[in-house]
Amino acid sequence: MDARIGIRNTKSILFKGVIVFLAFIITIPLIIVLLYIIKQGVLQVNWHFLTNVPAAVGEAGGGISNALVGTAIIVGISSLIAIPVGILAGIYLSENPYTKLAYYAGLCVDILQGVPSIVVGIVVYFWVVKPLGTFSALSGSIALAIMMLPIVIRSTEQTLRLLPDSLKEAALSLGVPYHRVILKVIIPCGFAGILSGIMLSIARIIGETAPLLFTAFGNPFLSTSITKPMESLPHIIFTYATSPYDDWHNLAWGASFILLMFVLLLNIFTKLITRKWKIQL
Amino acid sequence: MSLLNHPSDPKVKETATVNQNKAIMKQNGSESSIDKEQVTRMKNKRLDLSYSQLKWETIFRRLLMIMSIILLVLVVGILITLIWQSMPSIKALGIKFLWGKIWDPVQNIYGAYPFLIGTLLTSFTALIISIPFSYAVAIYLGEYNTKGWLSDLLKNTIELIAAVPSIIYGFWGLFVLVPIIRTFEAKIGVAPYGIGIFTSSLILAVMIIPYAASLGTSLIRMVPSPLKEGAYALGATRFEVIRSVILPFTRTGLFAGVLLSLGRALGETMAVTMLIGNTSAVANSLKAVFFGPGNTMASVIANEFTEADHTVYLSALIELGLVLFFVTVVINLIGKRIITKFTNN
Repeated sequence: MDARIGIRNTKSILFKGVIVFLAFIITIPLIIVLLYIIKQGVLQVNWHFLTNVPAAVGEAGGGISNALVGTAIIVGISSLIAIPVGILAGIYLSENPYTKLAYYAGLCVDILQGVPSIVVGIVVYFWVVKPLGTFSALSGSIALAIMMLPIVIRSTEQTLRLLPDSLKEAALSLGVPYHRVILKVIIPCGFAGILSGIMLSIARIIGETAPLLFTAFGNPFLSTSITKPMESLPHIIFTYATSPYDDWHNLAWGASFILLMFVLLLNIFTKLITRKWKIQL
Repeated sequence: MSLLNHPSDPKVKETATVNQNKAIMKQNGSESSIDKEQVTRMKNKRLDLSYSQLKWETIFRRLLMIMSIILLVLVVGILITLIWQSMPSIKALGIKFLWGKIWDPVQNIYGAYPFLIGTLLTSFTALIISIPFSYAVAIYLGEYNTKGWLSDLLKNTIELIAAVPSIIYGFWGLFVLVPIIRTFEAKIGVAPYGIGIFTSSLILAVMIIPYAASLGTSLIRMVPSPLKEGAYALGATRFEVIRSVILPFTRTGLFAGVLLSLGRALGETMAVTMLIGNTSAVANSLKAVFFGPGNTMASVIANEFTEADHTVYLSALIELGLVLFFVTVVINLIGKRIITKFTNN
């Protein structure tokens, strides 16, 4: 009897050991990747790097200003498209959870969440690039907006569902019209949750490359015209990482470092917000 | 009717209804004292305000509905676009496109078999590698260590794994992982390409762990404690509780997490494109396929879409996208359905 309980206890302890080992060992690849990118990238970043366009092959120096500006414009436009649509659709889903439209819209959000990013690229190519006849930053923004939508919608919906009904009922009973209840009472109450959803979605799409391959395409020069091809951070990393030149690899490491820092900061900031307002996403 | 009055306007505290307003207006029409005219103007203004509020309310409700309808249109539009654009290839190549073994655009021969094999091999290898880790994380965070800084730290770190853009994994893999794999492959006696299906699977495995892990964590935390306590009271050790109470209880949920991971792995493009080697030829032996370069559906689209110079070629690529779309969507929906069922019970 004693021997058996001994064996069972040992088994239990061994199992715990294996679980702890496996659970923590998985952080090692992440740490290695982060440290490696930081090591390779941090030395590349200086004022010259941030304010110049890439140099031609064989020339030293050069920077990624075109990609920085491009990413800012593309992500900015896609936010302008996705945030209003996403928040309003999220409100609809949380306000009318049992209508038929809400059921199918919810299904569509699930589908959109699962669509591979490359497929979004193909579709936007036929919707925007083909009719316009040229690759453009606008098409890239639309592709990214489609990727952004489900995250904004779901976070809005879930945040608003958590708010007590009494809030809305109190406002309505005072005679406030419906749209003012939503815009002035419900949204401010769930603001932190919605904001963190938006930031999370930006962090997700800012590193997306696949939808940009056939839409924004890339451009070695600084461009601010949204109807022309535009460079972006992830795309410049892809082009230069797969090129055979060391100078270009260095540019790509620097760009990776900046992209990584941006994504990490956005994530940490979101964490802080959700912790402060105690939101579950 | 009480909705029509605006509460932030202190003058509108009394409950004047539209009818009352109208009555007052009629009275004022016949009389002509200055005092009453002022009252009328005020009431009219209030009435206008009420009407405009009512109008805005309707507009707002419409707007909410339109936004939801946009979602439907978007998804249906994606589906129709994909089907429409892949029509030429469906007509020209038929259903045998899916298992045609040769992909040679120069000769106008299109078969999706190499990419199906590549996609399935990379995804399932990645899945098999990732399952022990994601289950371990789920059990550790869900059962052994649910609170405290160490638990939070691990949880946030795992979430960061999902946050790092895939292009960065691909870049890192290309310069760090590939040389390591090359020496490894030279040691075990296969052609040392470095890049290939095996390398992509390794990176993919790391990338998809967070999806199953974080879902599993929250599901394991949902196991009712009376169940666990009952088992402890019967003298079960912790391992026995996990094995015979927690895991059976959460089995379907954990499976859904694995499905979500699989959906991610199937659709993942950039990291795989950079690491897989982009060869559309399939080697003869399984070992050579597994360690050699290949191509997945997503990577072939990423590589050849802008180069596709005639209709059937382009359309064959889009048909691959269509297949990818269907497979990932179905897998995702099944996973989501299981989760909803599980959390509702």
